[in-house]
Amino acid sequence: MKEAASHVFAIAKREWRAYFDSPVAYVFIIIFLMLAGFFTFSLAQFFEAGQADLNGFFQWHPWLYMILVPAVAMRLWAEERRSGTIELLFTVSVTPLQALLGKFAAAWLFMLLALALTFTVPVTAAYLGSPDMGAVLSGYLGSGLLAGAYVAAGMFTSALTRNQVISFILAVVIGLFLILAGYPPVTDLLARWAPVWLVDGVASFSFMPHYEALQRGVIDLRDLAYFASVMIFMLFATQVVLKNKVGR
Amino acid sequence: MIKAVDLVKDFGHRRAVDGVAFEVEKGTVLGFLGPNGAGKTTTIRMVAGFLPPTEGCIHVKGINVASDPVAAQKSIGYMPETTPLYEDMTVSGFLRFLAEVRGFSGSERNSRVDRAIERCFLQPVRNQTIDTLSKGYRQRTCLAQTLLHDPDILLLDEPTEGLDPNQKQVVRDMIKEMASDRVVMLSTHVLEEVEAICTRAIIISAGKVVADDTPAALKARSSKYNAVTLAAEGTGILPALEKLPNIGKVQTLENGKIVALPKAGKSIAADILGAAQQHKWKVADIKVDEGRLDDVFRQITTTEDTKKKEVA
Repeated sequence: MKEAASHVFAIAKREWRAYFDSPVAYVFIIIFLMLAGFFTFSLAQFFEAGQADLNGFFQWHPWLYMILVPAVAMRLWAEERRSGTIELLFTVSVTPLQALLGKFAAAWLFMLLALALTFTVPVTAAYLGSPDMGAVLSGYLGSGLLAGAYVAAGMFTSALTRNQVISFILAVVIGLFLILAGYPPVTDLLARWAPVWLVDGVASFSFMPHYEALQRGVIDLRDLAYFASVMIFMLFATQVVLKNKVGR
Repeated sequence: MIKAVDLVKDFGHRRAVDGVAFEVEKGTVLGFLGPNGAGKTTTIRMVAGFLPPTEGCIHVKGINVASDPVAAQKSIGYMPETTPLYEDMTVSGFLRFLAEVRGFSGSERNSRVDRAIERCFLQPVRNQTIDTLSKGYRQRTCLAQTLLHDPDILLLDEPTEGLDPNQKQVVRDMIKEMASDRVVMLSTHVLEEVEAICTRAIIISAGKVVADDTPAALKARSSKYNAVTLAAEGTGILPALEKLPNIGKVQTLENGKIVALPKAGKSIAADILGAAQQHKWKVADIKVDEGRLDDVFRQITTTEDTKKKEVA
């Protein structure tokens, strides 16, 4: 157990450093912060709205993550497979599960770091008015979980291929589906011919209702369980892919 | 230490390894020989626990590799054919990472990394990032990685491929030095390497073991083994040689030299020298052929190929 934990930790540390040893980390964080600011202050008209809440900030995160998280995650396995280092990784007493947990932890922590650096937005809101701090915190919780779900999906598509571009595109498509599955235009389209249970079933896959609940400050165990189960499912699928595909 | 029983590996409908079996004991440097695509790399990957065999099994120190790769890999150091490395890490950073994965931390980790760097002569590049290294240093970095945990078994897939002659010598000396209390299994298609460092050689062709012997014994299988090349002046040399009982065949080369091939398993140099004295030939040069590994290699692997073609 201790050994497994040290494997996970060593791999997470290497991945973390791989982000910061290359320009990827810096470029990513700067772009992420710029886009988050642009969406919040220009598109959502944070100042003009005259409300001390962060809805205009949080509502863009699913879209931002949809494009940016796959860029962070696409490397994780595709690069390992392309360069052949996966042969090294899986012949030094590391199991696929340990390796993927380490990589997932590193990528998710990296996203959480980027998210944490948006602290200036709530600080601005608190300076100008008095936002509901509970809602802000639960909004951050939701955004962090959302990022984790995207990272898990991106890691899954990364394991599917040795081509990072394909990995990126697949991850964006999965992200788009998970956003739009509960979006009224899509559900309405489905509702024209599909039975209600199917519409509800597809819609319940969506990030949006769970994320929006947290954004409003409602922390429901079912929403947390939803994000946890998306992550666990994606990690499990990654493990299956790795076990069946590596070296073959 | 390593015991492989009836290994079979299929990739789709193609059978890459077909019933390979061998057993290796401590102190052996086993050379794994074969033409390209014969199944060398696939076999080594199976021993390393990277690929599960389709049929058959491998035991490393009594542990079944396919069912418990994690335990088996603890006594294995493996250098893949492509020498994969994390390009953006430094040499010492890379080795530190692998030492950590191997379960070492703190000063134990650092001293093991230092020793591996020393043993593989990597001091000049230890703080350089890997993507700036020359081929020789890359190869040695990948070799250093196999030594971190002092494994009993080293699996080296073409360890000297692409190196210049000096670097090859360095790597070979390192392998020889490491072999004394270990098993080293290396694959290669450089035959001089087998002669230089291996104590045993297995030749595989089309996924099957076609020879398993010491390099010297393999050389003895050559049709030219113990053949004598003679440069001499005198009369009636050819007929006199043909009369000698142990000689199978006598040929004259374009440059006037005479080649006498012995009957199987016989030694003829003494007989020929005796005849030369008796007939008072002036012998300018005499050479006994030790047999050549590439002749044997070609003999064995091409006959296998033709056999296969005939069946098809």
